[in-house]
This record gives sequence, structure tokens and C-alpha cells, in this order.
Amino acid sequence: MDKFTKLTGVAAPMPMINVDTDMIIPKQFLKTIKRSGLGVNLFDEMRYDDDGKEIPDFVLNQPAYREAEILIGGDNFGCGSSREHAPWAIKDFGISCVIAPGFADIFFNNCFKNGILPIVLPQDTVDILMKDAEKGANARMSVDLEAQTITTSDGEVIAFEVDAFKKHCLLNGLDDIGLTMERASEIDAFEAKLQAERPWA
Amino acid sequence: MSPKTLYDKIWDAHLVHEADDGTCLLYIDRHLVHEVTSPQAFEGLRMAHRKVRAPDKTIAVPDHNVPTTLDRASGGMNEESRIQVEALDKNARDFGIHYYPVSDVRQGIVHIIGPEQGWTQPGMTIVCGDSHTATHGAFGALAHGIGTSEVEHVLATQTLIQRKGKNMKVEITGHLRPGVTAKDITLSVIGATGTAGGTGYVIEYCGQAIRDLSMEGRMTVCNMAIEGGARAGLIAPDEKTFEYVKGRPHAPKGAAWEAALAYWRTLFSDEHAVYDKVLTIKGEDIAPVVTWGTSPEDVLPITASVPAASDFQGGKVDAAQRSLDYMGLTPGTPLSEIAIDTVFIGSCTNGRIEDLRAAAAILKGKKIKDGLRAMVVPGSGLVRAQAEEEGLADIFIEAGFEWRLAGCSMCLAMNPDQLSPGERCAATSNRNFEGRQGRGGRTHLLSPAMAAAAAITGHLTDVRDLM
Repeated sequence: MDKFTKLTGVAAPMPMINVDTDMIIPKQFLKTIKRSGLGVNLFDEMRYDDDGKEIPDFVLNQPAYREAEILIGGDNFGCGSSREHAPWAIKDFGISCVIAPGFADIFFNNCFKNGILPIVLPQDTVDILMKDAEKGANARMSVDLEAQTITTSDGEVIAFEVDAFKKHCLLNGLDDIGLTMERASEIDAFEAKLQAERPWA
Repeated sequence: MSPKTLYDKIWDAHLVHEADDGTCLLYIDRHLVHEVTSPQAFEGLRMAHRKVRAPDKTIAVPDHNVPTTLDRASGGMNEESRIQVEALDKNARDFGIHYYPVSDVRQGIVHIIGPEQGWTQPGMTIVCGDSHTATHGAFGALAHGIGTSEVEHVLATQTLIQRKGKNMKVEITGHLRPGVTAKDITLSVIGATGTAGGTGYVIEYCGQAIRDLSMEGRMTVCNMAIEGGARAGLIAPDEKTFEYVKGRPHAPKGAAWEAALAYWRTLFSDEHAVYDKVLTIKGEDIAPVVTWGTSPEDVLPITASVPAASDFQGGKVDAAQRSLDYMGLTPGTPLSEIAIDTVFIGSCTNGRIEDLRAAAAILKGKKIKDGLRAMVVPGSGLVRAQAEEEGLADIFIEAGFEWRLAGCSMCLAMNPDQLSPGERCAATSNRNFEGRQGRGGRTHLLSPAMAAAAAITGHLTDVRDLM
């Protein structure tokens, strides 16, 4: 997995609430058997018209945000389907950090498995970052996972919380299957107990 | 010992390891797999030279993008879908997991065939790379959706890295009025909590109105827990649950059945168990409902009118306006005057036999409105066979419905069953998101009985007027 340590880049503002994973990556792009190449279809139905032409107003089509690496979102970001294609598309586009007042659980979890840092902050703090992002390409933000801080383009420093285990995995790009396999003997022991106590399961 | 909720009990019974920081390793009893969210996980196993740790506990079925037309055996699947289904065929074979191929009469939507085949049992942990895995919670199992990386993790280790969620109780007291169904309960709960109200929680549904539901109805309620933000919803098992499980192909038999039953009877929330959040709704207060917008929380009784964006607050003002624009609706329009083009009955929410019975009861001897497109997609090949045996299929066909083969179909429109831009659909599925049923398509969620009523009149309709 890709590491996430520090990032300085353009943040795109997307204040909509309830952005669902069907919006992030519509179903016609789930037929792939690969993880890569989905970035071009990120937010496809909001980003392109019926003829496949870019809709100029959409934030990621605006010149200032085409190279965005951070997304500032609204509440309940990533709700709906569990499709991991959503974080794959976000990452493939070049965004590695999403900041919002709230995330849907499954999406939130999926981000960490793909080198994306999702950050939850109170609405009024997100509002500050949203305003900063709205300044456009010259307003670059910095995110430091080790220090757990965001620095706005004005130099304001905002602290954030992150689960210690998930932070450790992101900082080091760890494969958590490998970590779990180190506990194989504990899983063996659990299965033996299960076989004795609930053999039907 | 302090009193425990049902969720606490199932969690504790599956804990392999708990780290000091609260990160837990949870054992998984059943892993359900479908064609769309698994290819990358199997590829990951191959690249790392890993095996499936517990193939006997892993069950696969193609459902999301298989065509549901009668000619599907002879083609009709586009190239990409065919590759995905063939990948599942190969992965099931190579890794030795249980498999129900498209050609098998037992094939169907993963959340319908799990219970149908007896894989789903009380007290189990069940996961699947699909958010509607919450369905299995109806049996008193802890069941939830996972991403593809987690699918790979479960395949390789039969465990999941988790943090424990909070407990939320949703109690539906009293009795439902005529014409009100499990779908109206679950939509009304989402209307009350909002789509993020359950985030971070596991919901336990309880109360007389929940107890009174059949297993099919309970599955409908739990299915949509995720639409309220909760990864899992569950209901304590009772005699109805045990009766449903008994005798199914993969249910315990003989002495194992008796032992299982004794254990299952301990699966309830203790008196005085503490919940972090409680919502109580009177069953008598629930009406037949429909959604008007593009979020499952946009729920209103069928007797209401389309709201205005100004009726809302905060971020919901812009969201509601966007929904109204997308849905092509004018505030103040009675919901029962909204004309529809299409009716879809099916999905893991409402594709079970009881759902088809409820719709057929309204449709019997009637015709659908001229010019309407209407389809029934049974949740499994066995549901389809049973509906044919009970004469339900004839009722649908005589009314003018298409009678399809099993699959997810127009719920997510990955197969050819899709809406055209602007086309308006009364759907028994679970999501009314923009583009969900096809780019530009407009979805109104409702119960199977309400869908049948809409098919007859050609507009959203209070089913009680036809009863």
C-alpha cells in the first residue's frame, strides 16, 4: 500500500452533503477486474455531459482544481455502496486526503486501505478549510499525518485526530493482511475453541 | 457481570485479539462473495501466494451484473460482465469455495440465497463485499458490508480488523396499520434518523411490530440499516427465526441442531443493557411511505406533498434543491399525483416470496397502466420457482409485468435493466441516488404493495385506496 506521510497541494471545495459512492464512481465502471485506471471516471456523471464532454462548472474541471490532491467535502461523505472502487478512483485521480465533517463508515475504512487519509473535523473547522480551498490554485494546504496537523494557505494550523493503528499503517504503508497473519496461532486457537463450543458454525 | 446487548454478546464470542488501543481482530463465520467486489481480492491472494483460509465458510454467487432476461444462458451479457462472471467461476474453482453458478436454480442475490440455503444462522458474524449484508442481521447475526481490501483480508485470514461500534436501539411499538409493511418501517426509521444517524452504530430493531414481522419482513428492515448509516442492523432471534432456519440445506441437523438451538436461545439483549442511542416509533404512526428525493432519508407518507428546499436547514437546503431539480418535481405537488414510467419489483430489499405475494395480492385480476414498463425480478431461482408454483407468476404476467430470472437487476442497473434519462421509476429497491438506476433516471422507493398499486394507476398511489 502507498504510504501517506505529508502532503502539500491544492484542495478542491465540494460542500455538498451526502456525496454517495454511486456519485464518486457510477456502476458502469465497476465491471473492471483491476484497481487502476478509474480516476478519469471519478464523479463521472457530475463531471461529463451526456456526450462525454466536460461540464466546465464542476469543481474538478475548473483550471484551479484539475491537479487537486485534497478534497474538502460535506457531511456523510462516501455514503451508500461499499464499493472500494470509490477510493480507488479518488486515489487514481491524484487525491490522497479527504476532509469532511463526517464520513460513512465503510468508505472511511476503505480509504485507509488505499493510502488515502480521511480526516473528520467539526463543521465550523471544515468551513474554514472550505473557504481556504475556494481561493483556488494559489491556496495550497499542507497535511502532516505524523504531527496530525493541517496548515492552511494563511499559515493557520489545525489539529486533527486519527486512530493510532490506522495512522501507523498509513505512515508505513503496511499491508494489514501480513500483520494479521502474524497472529495465525491465535486464529488457530480460536478456531479450535469454536469447533469445541459451536461446531455447527 | 454487566448486562450486554445482543451486539455485545456476538462481538465477544468472536474476539480473537484485542489490542491496548481497542483495535480488535474479529473471527468471521461466513464470507459471502459476488463477482463485482471480489476479482481484485482474489488477484491479491494470487500475487502474494496466499490461500483461502476457510473455503468451507466462503460462499460465492454471481448476482450484480448477470442479465435477468430469459435468454441469458445463450448470451446477452456484455464482454466486461462476462469477464467478471468468468473470473468468479475460475476463482471459486481454483480456491475451492462453495459456488452457485448462473446456471444453478439456487443462484440469486447473495443476501437472499444466504438465508435460503441455511448459511445464515443466529449468532454468526457474516461479511460480504456489499453494503446490504446488513440483511442477515434479521437472524440475530452480526452482518455487514466490507470493501475489497477487507474481502482479501477475510479470504486470507478469516478475520477482520475492527473497532467496536456503539449500540443503538430502534424500537417499533404496537401494531402496523393495514397497508403498512416492513419497507415502510425501515424507510420511516431512515426518515427519522437521517442517512448519517446510524454512523458508528449497530442498530438493534425490537418492539412488538418487529416481533410480528415474518423473517422476510425482518430482512427488509435490517437490509436498509446501511441507508441510515449503520453498518449493521440486527434483530434477536426467536421461534420464527429457528423455524425458518430448520431443515435448510446448510442448517445444523440432529444433535448439532439441538446444541445450536440451546445457544441461539441465549442471543438476546439483557434486561437493563445500555444503548448509546434510542429511537422509539409507534407502529400505529407509520404510514405507507415513498421517497421524493435522491437520498433514502427523503421519506414522506404517500398522503403528503413534495416539500420545498426552504423547508430544510443547513446543508440540506442545497441538497434538497438539487434533489428537486434532478427529480423534476415542483414543491406542493401531492406525491400521489406523480406519474411514473416504470415499476421495478425485486432486489435484496424486496425480492423474497412474501414481497411477491404482497404485490400479487394487489395486482390479482388487474392490468398495469397502458404504456408502463413493469418488471418483477425474483431474488433467487428458488423464489421464482415458488412464485410460479403459487400462481403468482401468472398474476404478474396477466397484469402486464415482465417475469424475469434472478439477479440484482435494476436496483443498481449494472446489467441491461436500466432507466433512461428522465424516466421515473417506482422501485422496491433501496437507493434513490442520482443515476443509481441509470444516468438521469428518477427513483421513488416504496414497498412491493405500493409498487403494485402504482403499476395499476400509473402514478404513485396510496395502496390503501386499492385494498
